[in-house]
Amino acid sequence: MNIATHRKIYFWITGLILAAALGAIVFFGLPLDIDFTGGSLMQVSYQNERPALSDIQNQIAVVPLGTVSIRAVGTNAVAIRARTMTPAEHSAVLAVLSQNTSATELSYTSVGPTLGGQFANKALWAILAVTLAIILYIAFAFRKVSRPVPSWGYGITVVTCLLHDLVIPAGFFAVLAHFTGIQVDALFITALLALLGYSVNDTIVIFDRVREHLARNEKTGLKEEFETTVGKSISETMTRSINTSLTVALALLALVLFGAAATRTFALVMLVGVIAGTYSSILLAAPLLIPLAKKFTKK
Amino acid sequence: MNRFRVFAIVALVIGGLLTYFVWTTQANPESSYRFKLGLDLAGGTELVYKADMSQTDQSQRNDALSALQGVIERRVNLFGVAEPLVQTDQASAFSGSSEDHLIVDLPGVTDIKAAIAALGETPTLDFKLATTTTVGTTTQVVYIPTGLTGRYLSSAALQFGSGATSGLSAPQVLLNFNSDGAKLFEQITSQNVGQTLAIFLDGQPISAPVIQEAIPGGQAVINGHFTATEARDLVRNLNFGALPVPISLDSSSAVGPTLGSAAITAGVMAGLIGFAIIALFMIAWYRLPGFVAVVALAEYVAFMLAVIKIIPITLTASGIAGLIISVGMAVDANVLIFERTKEELHEGKTPREAVHIGFARAWTAIRDGHLTMIISGVILFWLGTSIVQGFALVFVLGVLASFISAVSLSRIFLLALVPETRSGAWKFLLGSGIRKI
Repeated sequence: MNIATHRKIYFWITGLILAAALGAIVFFGLPLDIDFTGGSLMQVSYQNERPALSDIQNQIAVVPLGTVSIRAVGTNAVAIRARTMTPAEHSAVLAVLSQNTSATELSYTSVGPTLGGQFANKALWAILAVTLAIILYIAFAFRKVSRPVPSWGYGITVVTCLLHDLVIPAGFFAVLAHFTGIQVDALFITALLALLGYSVNDTIVIFDRVREHLARNEKTGLKEEFETTVGKSISETMTRSINTSLTVALALLALVLFGAAATRTFALVMLVGVIAGTYSSILLAAPLLIPLAKKFTKK
Repeated sequence: MNRFRVFAIVALVIGGLLTYFVWTTQANPESSYRFKLGLDLAGGTELVYKADMSQTDQSQRNDALSALQGVIERRVNLFGVAEPLVQTDQASAFSGSSEDHLIVDLPGVTDIKAAIAALGETPTLDFKLATTTTVGTTTQVVYIPTGLTGRYLSSAALQFGSGATSGLSAPQVLLNFNSDGAKLFEQITSQNVGQTLAIFLDGQPISAPVIQEAIPGGQAVINGHFTATEARDLVRNLNFGALPVPISLDSSSAVGPTLGSAAITAGVMAGLIGFAIIALFMIAWYRLPGFVAVVALAEYVAFMLAVIKIIPITLTASGIAGLIISVGMAVDANVLIFERTKEELHEGKTPREAVHIGFARAWTAIRDGHLTMIISGVILFWLGTSIVQGFALVFVLGVLASFISAVSLSRIFLLALVPETRSGAWKFLLGSGIRKI
């Protein structure tokens, strides 16, 4: 099936998936972790059976910490989130937890509210900066291409795809967060930024082929419909687009299944992002050039 | 072809040497080239302090921050930690933070309370001039910083002087300034004779003597109604350094040793399995070129591990993830090249021609793709916190190394093997996928 000619179907499918992802983000929200808001996170493992979460909640209530959220981790550990604790409060919590059973602290992190706010700020700037740098680079790399789509048109198409590639994993994360209680942390932002840099790769491969065809047609004087050129470029590069993503997806899958617990969610988000990125490169990026070309040739 | 065979053998030997280096340095517990493990893997404590610079002049802040770093470093060494790390994170528009921070890494220390307490004993010492201002009917004493702080202190000593009414000698703390401090002290005392120069310890005025005359020589005495024990502790703490500016604990994290060693085992496991699956896929789909890519990939991994050891880059859980992901990305360039080579074969080129052209034509896409990844990696590094930087550093390094490995190693190996004409088994070996070529 020629993707370029049936592009409308894919635009619709993409639109629906995007709407679902955006809906998940709006509906479930993206709960922010202490990296952004400040606060403390404690991981405690129990040597014997883990007490019920409500029991732990009651135990901790002795220490006046305000709202405390407790989540089960693995088979015998819990993650406890609260506002920033003083060293005294921290040891008090540890003491009440190991009152009747033997509890060991696996890790403790406490982030001051100012540091948290700064990180949120920087993260937004970083995402903006990466996006802008990529658009500029694409516009520059394709500067010699002008017909029928000017080089910055390629840049705009890339942004559209990048937005798609950010929204899909974010939507996935929102759903995951809603059902498992995980929160957006520094590694989630890392995943998004790495995805921005990576998922544009497949798009570049296809655009590179379009660029090559356009240059060859110009040389040989071949008059070819732009739609045909794009369709040809997509089908010629399809195998490599899928295979390049497949190798990364395999690495990510190994990380999700066998990797450290600390990076599991990170790898899962990247896996979803890589799949979304491949999809958008093949079915969104190049096909989007066609309506863009029509806009420009009309004038 | 012979030329490429020589190159290929050289590349294989280098790869073997790198692997040997990585292996032996890791097997030897004494080696200085063992992997440096981050706190999340080795277990340990990280404390982030905020330095309060509100009382410090803008031009003095750099000095104050590095003086602060020195004092805390001495403190940490006292604590008896192997390879502690004290870093500063300066406020600037570029770093995106509006506050000065001091980051203290204590590997192996899991008792966060003891660590905070040990560092918290470091005193702040400040000399301030007292002036009175009248607001309405009330008169208030206002203390003005003189710029003379604990960073100008060279040593402190305990002495017993007269002054107590009971006739017993009272404990006093004798301060010796360094040469800069002595000059400053003389200047302050000569210009403000008759005024009160208050000595602040940890923000509290502990002694407020009136300046009788200019004091040269750089010595001052604190008469603070101490007990002998208090005075002795103060002297000890001052001798390990007094803080030039007040600090407060902003963030802290501690990771126990069990979580870390589990993360290492899991990381190694995921790495081995990930490599194996990718290798299987490449050989199954691309046959001989796929095998060549796997050899190049193995060299790539050995090279990355050696560089991580030599620089050295501190490995974290996120860094290991970055390394594994970069293995998946490093074969990408090979896929692009092989697909392109296959196209050239279809057009009837001889195998060697096809390999040459395949590499040349895939180049632009490889270049553009790698550059965008480097852009995002560099910005990630700027984003900052250690967990993000751990990933970013390995990621950028991985992208650079994959650049080299794909365009040089795979090409050398392929050109060393591929014959002039395609016949017999070569038809199968250079084919790909499930279709016949």
